[in-house]
Amino acid sequence: MTATAPPAAPGLPSLPAVYRSRSSVELKEFFRQRESVVFTLLLPVLLLVVFGAVLDFDLGSGVSFTQYFMAGIIAAGILGASLQNMAINIATERSDGTLKHLLGTPMPRSAFFVGKVVQVLAVTLASIVVLLLIGVVFYRIDLPSGTDWLTFAWVAGLGAAACTLLGIAISSIAKNGRSASATVTPFALLLQFISGVFFQFSEIPSWMQTFAALFPLKWMAQGLRSVFLPDALAVDEPAGSWELGRVALVLGIWCVLGLVLCVRTFRWQDA
Amino acid sequence: MAPVAGRPRPGDPLDPDAAISVRGLVKRYGDFVAVDGLDLDIRRGEIFALLGPNGAGKTTTVEICEGYRSRDAGEVRVLGEDPADGARAWKARLGIVLQSGSGDSQLTVRELVTAQASYYADPRDVDEVLSLVGLTEKAGVRGKALSGGQRRRLDVALGIVGRPTLLFLDEPTTGFDPEARRQFWSLIRSLRDLGTTMLLTTHYLDEAEALADRVGVIARGRLVEVAVPSALGGRETAPATVTWTEDGARRTEATATPTAFVADLAARFSGEVPDLAVSRPTLEDVYLQMIGTDR
Repeated sequence: MTATAPPAAPGLPSLPAVYRSRSSVELKEFFRQRESVVFTLLLPVLLLVVFGAVLDFDLGSGVSFTQYFMAGIIAAGILGASLQNMAINIATERSDGTLKHLLGTPMPRSAFFVGKVVQVLAVTLASIVVLLLIGVVFYRIDLPSGTDWLTFAWVAGLGAAACTLLGIAISSIAKNGRSASATVTPFALLLQFISGVFFQFSEIPSWMQTFAALFPLKWMAQGLRSVFLPDALAVDEPAGSWELGRVALVLGIWCVLGLVLCVRTFRWQDA
Repeated sequence: MAPVAGRPRPGDPLDPDAAISVRGLVKRYGDFVAVDGLDLDIRRGEIFALLGPNGAGKTTTVEICEGYRSRDAGEVRVLGEDPADGARAWKARLGIVLQSGSGDSQLTVRELVTAQASYYADPRDVDEVLSLVGLTEKAGVRGKALSGGQRRRLDVALGIVGRPTLLFLDEPTTGFDPEARRQFWSLIRSLRDLGTTMLLTTHYLDEAEALADRVGVIARGRLVEVAVPSALGGRETAPATVTWTEDGARRTEATATPTAFVADLAARFSGEVPDLAVSRPTLEDVYLQMIGTDR
């Protein structure tokens, strides 16, 4: 039983070094894959172009629906870059053995998640920048000003965090990437219809509003509307105000819930 | 001294000098006993081939040693440590080529091997590894665009770039054409010359015979025999079969003294014996007998 002590291992690479390496892997994996770029980045852009051209009616106070849609499509873009992306991507990597392979290396496990977070951040940022650019250039969207940027940052950040954690948790339920996509994509689309992305939230039946309010997308869209719409339009919201405190609370709860689900369900290999 | 010469017996102590030492290993999946009291020692520096039919417990045993699966009973030491603890420094001394390989990647071969190298303390030079596995010309090709055989060589490149002391190869040549298998064998031999210990599982008996220093046969969750390939199942002392043609008929004789028998035949024919052949049971013959008539 007296196992000989292993020879003093020369220092393993530092955490930051492995984090950099994993981040670079994750960025290349995403941006080089045509399907994921089209699906995650270009789809919201296409929707913005089409809806912006077709549905430019006046919401009152001289604000066009495009300005309203801008907030919603950015929220949907964040959902795609985080929740949909992670659920499909990690389910695929679990079923094709990539995760199992990584588990057999001395890579610190945290590096895997750091790489994913960097990927989500980069895709989210790219999605927001492209959408804003198109909005400004083609549809004369009014950019946020002053402290609105701050609200923009925390709503997007907190929303992306909640959705990333949820996406990772969902990936553990799915059998593989295809089944993850088949479940998550229709559900995300449904949420987009009832969370105030494609239609004004105030025009959706109240029972659908209640259902939508259980999920993060509705709150992300609402928080972002406070950024893109004049405060005069807050009266159209269900509570008659932007409810930023509640936005933070609900997204925060989803972060905690998502984290607990991740910790309890994450698997590196198929059972 | 540790009982590494043959098969360790139940109750023998773990061998502290062995690369892998396993005693009384048990793994159950529900009511199914996949590994049923397995004992095994693998020496440092050797190539050990684990043979056995599907479902015999090969992959389960190997994956317990790699740290992928838990065990229900028994003791396991891999490079002196319990795989269940699986610290980073321990994993850094292993190389693992899984049966399943890894997925479609958008990264090039060079990028994949470079990323893998970044997890290790003292990795091999990436170009050196690519040339060792014969992928130098494919260095700029994306992982997803490689053929099946090239992917397997990439898997091996990923397995060896960390300069492992111990390399696990789980059915590494499944799906290879004969030429690719020969190339792979010479790669394995050059790794052995570099001092790497290897645990190889395979379905190909010729592969085990060509590569392995010792062969272990698993059947129904137990190791039924360990021997050098030429001696497995008492092969080298088994009666030889002499066949020849006489009076237009094929004749066969089993004999423990084939040399004397052939000398007699030669004298009887006063010259060449028509269609003479002398053979011993092949590895396949003894293997099939072993897994069929397991105790």
